[in-house]
Amino acid sequence: MKTPFFGKHTLFGAALAAVLAIPAHAGDYMIMAPAAPGGGWDSTARSMQEVMQAEGIAGSVQVQNVPGAGGTVGLAQFASTAGGDPSQLIVGGYVMVGAILTNESPVSLADVTPIARLTGEAVAIAVSAASPYQTINELVDAMKADPGAVSWAGGSAGGVDHITVGLLAKAAGIDPTKINYVAFSGGGEALAAILGNQVTVGISGVGEFLPQVEAGTMRILAVSTAEKWAGTDAPTLMESGYDVNVQNWRMVAAAPGLSAEQKAAVTADVDKLVNSAGWKSLLETKGWANTYLSGADFDKQLALEVEATTAVLKDIGLVK
Amino acid sequence: MTTFDFLIQGLGMAMDPMILLYALIGVTLGTAVGVLPGIGPALTVALLLPVTYGLDPAGSLIMFAGIYYGGMYGGSTTSILLNTPGESASIVTALEGNKMARAGRGGPALATAAIGSFVAGLIATLALAFLAPHIVKLALIFGPREYFALMMLAFVTVSAAFGDSAMKGLTSLFVGLFLALVGIDQLTGQARLSFGVPELLDGVEVTTLAVALFAIGEALFVASHGTMAADKIEAVKGSVWMTRADWARSWKPWLRGTAIGFPIGAMPAGGAEIGTLLSYAAEKRLAKNPEEFGHGAIEGVAGPEAANNASAAGTLVPLLTLGLPTSATAAILLAGFQQFGLQPGPLLFVTSPQLVWGLIASLLIANVMLLVLNLPLIRLWVKLLTIPKPWLYAGILLFATLGTIGMNPSPVELAMLLTFGIMGFAMRVHGYPIAPVVVGLILGPMAEQQLRRALSIAQGDWTTLVSTPIAAGILLAAALALVVPMILRLRGRGEVLSRLAADED
Repeated sequence: MKTPFFGKHTLFGAALAAVLAIPAHAGDYMIMAPAAPGGGWDSTARSMQEVMQAEGIAGSVQVQNVPGAGGTVGLAQFASTAGGDPSQLIVGGYVMVGAILTNESPVSLADVTPIARLTGEAVAIAVSAASPYQTINELVDAMKADPGAVSWAGGSAGGVDHITVGLLAKAAGIDPTKINYVAFSGGGEALAAILGNQVTVGISGVGEFLPQVEAGTMRILAVSTAEKWAGTDAPTLMESGYDVNVQNWRMVAAAPGLSAEQKAAVTADVDKLVNSAGWKSLLETKGWANTYLSGADFDKQLALEVEATTAVLKDIGLVK
Repeated sequence: MTTFDFLIQGLGMAMDPMILLYALIGVTLGTAVGVLPGIGPALTVALLLPVTYGLDPAGSLIMFAGIYYGGMYGGSTTSILLNTPGESASIVTALEGNKMARAGRGGPALATAAIGSFVAGLIATLALAFLAPHIVKLALIFGPREYFALMMLAFVTVSAAFGDSAMKGLTSLFVGLFLALVGIDQLTGQARLSFGVPELLDGVEVTTLAVALFAIGEALFVASHGTMAADKIEAVKGSVWMTRADWARSWKPWLRGTAIGFPIGAMPAGGAEIGTLLSYAAEKRLAKNPEEFGHGAIEGVAGPEAANNASAAGTLVPLLTLGLPTSATAAILLAGFQQFGLQPGPLLFVTSPQLVWGLIASLLIANVMLLVLNLPLIRLWVKLLTIPKPWLYAGILLFATLGTIGMNPSPVELAMLLTFGIMGFAMRVHGYPIAPVVVGLILGPMAEQQLRRALSIAQGDWTTLVSTPIAAGILLAAALALVVPMILRLRGRGEVLSRLAADED
């Protein structure tokens, strides 16, 4: 009778050892990209995967895509299944903040543990080379005369592009509900509409336009950030006299219900990631700015962003 | 140097043994993921991107493009044999292809799909090399109103292909259009018919609906008939290969499919599905014996399969010349280019001609590899059909379910699969055609969005829809396609037409 007991005991022991071994090897991560392969969040998640593995920050990193509804489908799944598991991360950003509001999502960023803001990109306003508009002021004046006559091609309704147009209209004293914003699903389709002069003006991440500018097929009229953006000498909206400062940012969050030590450990790993040489060179190839912000500063900033986004979405009429 | 010189130079580079190896890995992987449910070329390339970070850029990009082409090849296999389209571009293939497979002609169906894909891939890749700058100009002329006109043409021609039992066909189509309304409205961001279920916010996935209606519905139908089912599947009747008659009936559809698929694939809002649908409608209209459609007409496999491969090459036109990704896979290919510090776009041909021409040349070689790889596999694939029916259908159910979960891991998706499967069963029992539901789901949102975009840009002025010659011309063609059959019917040729319009199920 001794042998089976012994056997059970070793099994139990092995299982216990295995359980204990997990924290010892902490650093295996599962990152959820709440979007289809190919988009900004997906490439953020896969970039993190690449650098974390290459720099030895984590043993193995996996990326899971759960697409849908501006990231809110993935967020809801993450919040309900990852609870208390420090090895799970989710990527998100400005677009998710807007989507939570417009979709009246029952799950919000308050239901996960935001860790840090990672990257940022300016939103650029651009016209095709054939367009009569040379400056942002000319364009805004045309909008003042007849808001409907200026059609904007950009990303999904309620996203960062739409919000920026709404803020610009508001800053210029134009009724934001009158703007003629035409939403396109992929960046490619919007770009084609701008190049083909189907719309008056386009708005998108600055990276989408830079190659076209280089080739001389498009002009950037303004960028949305407080300071000029690398790669273009276009003025900022602030410089042009409109009080608008928007940056499309991407963040990483951990599972809900983590202890303070667990949160600190995840933050430390993200910190290592952001300060690695691999991450820096990757940001350069991708054209992303390093806007790393973590801890209490990030929490504060996030609350501000949510508040501002709610206000502008109400102004545009997307949120009641 | 002329385009021709560049291409020869590119071929020189593509013949490098290492590059050949990359291309071979790409096409093999691509065929595999095309066959496997739930993993598409987009996901495969995304998974491989980090792995290739340190590798040779040219080799990696060639491998990725090989995966893209290979996926288009592989997708037809499950459509034809199992009635389970793994990708939206091969949904149309299932219509005739599966009927052929059940009549023991799975071999010729797979062969015409493979050879058609080869022919289309070859011609379209050459067109990519020689015509890209011109095609892209055409693509940019297409704005929302032109797309809307194109969608109208697709609706009219495709609906006409559904059958003369207009009542049932239209009922099915409107079920599809209704399903298309579910989800976030693209233009205003408001949710429609989602009832607070977050998974419904993105609408009904086309492949989930197609797999449910085709595969699950059929498995239920077969099960409900038990062992008394009359239509025995014959694995192989006659030759596994294409007969002389098959060749004679296939070559024209291959060419027409290519001619339809390539330019539509090159349009930023075109996509592979529209090309396959239009090709199917065209073949049905032009066929000498249209009554065979719905019972396994080889033209209905040859045309759409050529169209979807041609559209894959078409997608590369805006990607390489403008830097515009127009499909999920193209978006990831773009990320792949950027990973290596290359920016596809107007300058790519100037800044990295070697890479571009090497890539184009490799696609030509990859295309040959795909044919060599796929033709011998046909013998193996048709064996699948010799599996006893209960096992086969159990396998199909498993395959369909795994595929759906693989694509979107959520219980709601699974519930949708089963619900639509039961709907497919009910439609089969009552004799409603199934394809129009899928067509409504594909074309409905595109037509709606393009119409609203066009009207929004024109500030509500309806005349914008006919204000350019292209839009007006396409709308006129659509109107003719609608009216002419009616006149013919009134003049007493209704019988011919009703035979023409055989039910596809």
